Amino acid sequence: MVTDDILEKYDMTVGIECHVQLATKSKLFSGADNDERDKSPNSVVSPIDYALPGMLPVLNRGAVDLAIKAGKALNSKVAHISRFDRKHYFYPDLPKGYQTTQMYLPIIGAGVINVPLEDGGSIEVRINHAHMEEDAGKLTHYGSFSLVDLNRAGTPLIEIVSEPDIHSALQAKAYATELYHLMTYAGVTRGDLFHGNMRFDVNVSAALKGADKLGTRAEVKNLNSFRSVERAADYEFRRQIEILESGEKVVQETRGWDDNKQKTTSQRSKEDAQDYRYMPDADIPPIVLSDEEILAIQSDVPRLSSEWRKILQRLDLNYLQIETLLDAEFEYHGKISFLESIEKAMDDIKKAKFIANWNVNMFIPVLRDETFVRTGIDYLALESAIYDLIEQAKLSSTNAKTLFNELIKFDELPNIEDYATERGFIQNSDIDAISGIIDEVLSDISSVQAVADFKNGNEKVIGFLVGQVMKKSGGKANPGLVQKIIREKIA
Amino acid sequence: MTTISDIQKKIKSSSARAVVENALRLARDNEDYHALLNLTEERALKRADEVDEGKITGKLAGVPFVVKDNFLAFGAPTTAASKMLEKFDAPLQATAVEKLEAEGAICIGKANLDAFAHGGSTENSAFGPTKNAFDKTRVAGGSSGGSAAITALDVVPFALGSDTGGSIREPASFNGVVGVKPTYGMISRYGVVAMASSTDVIGTFTTNIADAEMILQIISGRDDRDMTTLPDFFEIQSDVKPGLRIGLVNDFMTKDVDPEVLARVNEYVEKLRASGHTVEAVDLPMAEYSLAIYYIIVPAELSSNLARYDGIRYGHRAEGVMTLAELYGRTRDEGFVTENKRRIMIGSYVLSSGFFDAYYLQAQKARTLLINEFNELFKKYDMLIGPVAPTSAFKLGENTADPIKMYMCDIMTVATSLAGLPAISVPAGNSESGLPIGVQLMGPYRSDASLLALARSMENK
Repeated sequence: MVTDDILEKYDMTVGIECHVQLATKSKLFSGADNDERDKSPNSVVSPIDYALPGMLPVLNRGAVDLAIKAGKALNSKVAHISRFDRKHYFYPDLPKGYQTTQMYLPIIGAGVINVPLEDGGSIEVRINHAHMEEDAGKLTHYGSFSLVDLNRAGTPLIEIVSEPDIHSALQAKAYATELYHLMTYAGVTRGDLFHGNMRFDVNVSAALKGADKLGTRAEVKNLNSFRSVERAADYEFRRQIEILESGEKVVQETRGWDDNKQKTTSQRSKEDAQDYRYMPDADIPPIVLSDEEILAIQSDVPRLSSEWRKILQRLDLNYLQIETLLDAEFEYHGKISFLESIEKAMDDIKKAKFIANWNVNMFIPVLRDETFVRTGIDYLALESAIYDLIEQAKLSSTNAKTLFNELIKFDELPNIEDYATERGFIQNSDIDAISGIIDEVLSDISSVQAVADFKNGNEKVIGFLVGQVMKKSGGKANPGLVQKIIREKIA
Repeated sequence: MTTISDIQKKIKSSSARAVVENALRLARDNEDYHALLNLTEERALKRADEVDEGKITGKLAGVPFVVKDNFLAFGAPTTAASKMLEKFDAPLQATAVEKLEAEGAICIGKANLDAFAHGGSTENSAFGPTKNAFDKTRVAGGSSGGSAAITALDVVPFALGSDTGGSIREPASFNGVVGVKPTYGMISRYGVVAMASSTDVIGTFTTNIADAEMILQIISGRDDRDMTTLPDFFEIQSDVKPGLRIGLVNDFMTKDVDPEVLARVNEYVEKLRASGHTVEAVDLPMAEYSLAIYYIIVPAELSSNLARYDGIRYGHRAEGVMTLAELYGRTRDEGFVTENKRRIMIGSYVLSSGFFDAYYLQAQKARTLLINEFNELFKKYDMLIGPVAPTSAFKLGENTADPIKMYMCDIMTVATSLAGLPAISVPAGNSESGLPIGVQLMGPYRSDASLLALARSMENK
């Protein structure tokens, strides 16, 4: 076991490679359907994906456009000239005997992204580059044989390669999460993590604090959740420290993540590394892009998570609240926009903050309840009306919640104040009426002692008096207002 | 020799079926040349009937032709003359074949070649060599030897081939027919078993220039299925531009070239001069390195293009194997011929880590210098001329033991392949022993039409 004292002696350095599956209709070099989810094996495979003799790749311009958009999301430069190369190795999931990728001239160059952290801070992570490539197929192994499914072969990916600017497991998770937001908001990927739309390879090394060289790294491949990125980085860091503490050397190798056992296991070491015999792919002319083309395509990118975040930060929301909003925004993309409703309210920061909080605490949990059926009502109008009633002191927060939960099931919104009145949710804020009730209470014999006590400095008794007024008003008076008036009257 | 219009007259006077049946009979009569690997008889006859019934029409309605067996085509397996694809039935056809069929042409058979087009004599065919149309003891040249011989034997008026470093021009020269290697990208490579992606071109064998022009007009053009195809540019030129400036490439007219070949080229040069063109000797110093460049870049590319033949999805698969490595090893050992393996090994070597820069990159740089030299020459000259090959057809087996000697046959054809330039081989007479000798005309990028117009103007002069 590595104790905290020993952990303290070391620095963690992490670089992450992230494969993002592009949300194109067809594959990178063929017209076959790019959405292989729930398709029977080898049913979305064209002769090109199958690598039939004589077949040639035809570059999907839609994939190039998405890569250009990814460049914007990554705050990175898009290359004027990029090109495809062939990476050779023999494996049954690789029909051509090579993967078409971009080794020498990738489409996306260097950049840097800001990664917010749970503690409210943030780090800058530099992007080394991002390149386009095709995915391989899938092998399923049975005792004496294996089956090949080429549905995924030729699926367009971009691989985003970070610099080693990440220094904790939490930062690794935050980086992965931020990439997910950026790529989904830019419309680059469908973001279906369960189906491996984003996969992370995490390179981890440990070195003594103050050491002038990074430690030997190990790469944990194919992580498909933010949590596993965090866990794998943490596990790997501890594993390497344990090795270093025992005087041994960390082996440069590729490791896998066992989600059940929550540990990494060795897959192959550097000595087994293949010689990929990279060479330019002469079947695909270079991608040549002008600044005008790049800008035109990037101007279609909707507002990115990073931009939304800047707006939300003005509302003093914490990391988790912002995460909840960003996640829900993507989840309900095209159906409900929580963020737009907040933005519309931004003229009144207090109101915007109320709506943000209401979305996080009330609305989103209701939506995620499987029994809830959405209707066509204007949710922002409902939230707005509730806010106004609360502001006017006509609605208590408890009643507001009940009112919301009732109205959200309606097919059409009634006049909200009328409805609330009908349901008896409206607090009485009519000062004259309340004053009358207060006068009654204060002049009642049972209040004499309390009034005297209050005058002698016993603050607590005001609660008793307010309670009496509330009782008399049938619970409809606004307690804040009641207290205020009582104080004025006694003082 | 029979021209396309001769055939069209016969179709008019008899029927497409009679013409196609005749071509099939001629193909059988000439079986001992081994120019064809398979006939596509059933499909050919069916299509001939459809021409006669008026269901199929077009500029080439009923005209029989042959394709090199690295073109995906219906009616017989597409073998690339290899055990690897011996039983491979193509599920689709090459663009060039589709375009010819759209004009009513009828493919009657698949022509022999060096396996996967690796070679210059068709002796590397897994199914045995093709013999020269003029001398059965000699090679037909290669790799499109079958296409050249079958045209020379007058079985069909035209055939398709592919040329990566001379594979159309050399066999055309050896068999006394017209062979055209167009500008890279003029004709779609879709559906043709790839050898080297950056130099592979599709081209024609015909008995005369006009027929070549007609076929090229049909099969050329931009194809959305091949990103390297150029926008349509080929347009037949009715007349040759008078007073062309032509450069005779010194570097191809050396003492290593058979005197009879030099003599035929010089005669052709005199005829050009007599026709009012200027011919001057020019230097192409990089030509000396073109073979070295070629035999680095082309093996590199073909080692990659042949990686797909792994026994997993189609083609030959070794039996009785226990491991994946054994499956790959044995499948590829059994499916490829020696020359395939030699080139795959060279290619894998020059691409491997630590050697890539020294070989592949260096060769690409030298290739750029070669292209620059051509560009410089074409500032001063409209065309270039030289021999096609150092000799006329050599004896079967003469060069098989020495791959370098075999590679030397490509020395005059690879330069234009590396530069992507059009080059044609036109018959220029015979040797004393009666073997055909071709002369090579080479032009700037996309000058195919003017090159052919010049060659046409010189025909029968």
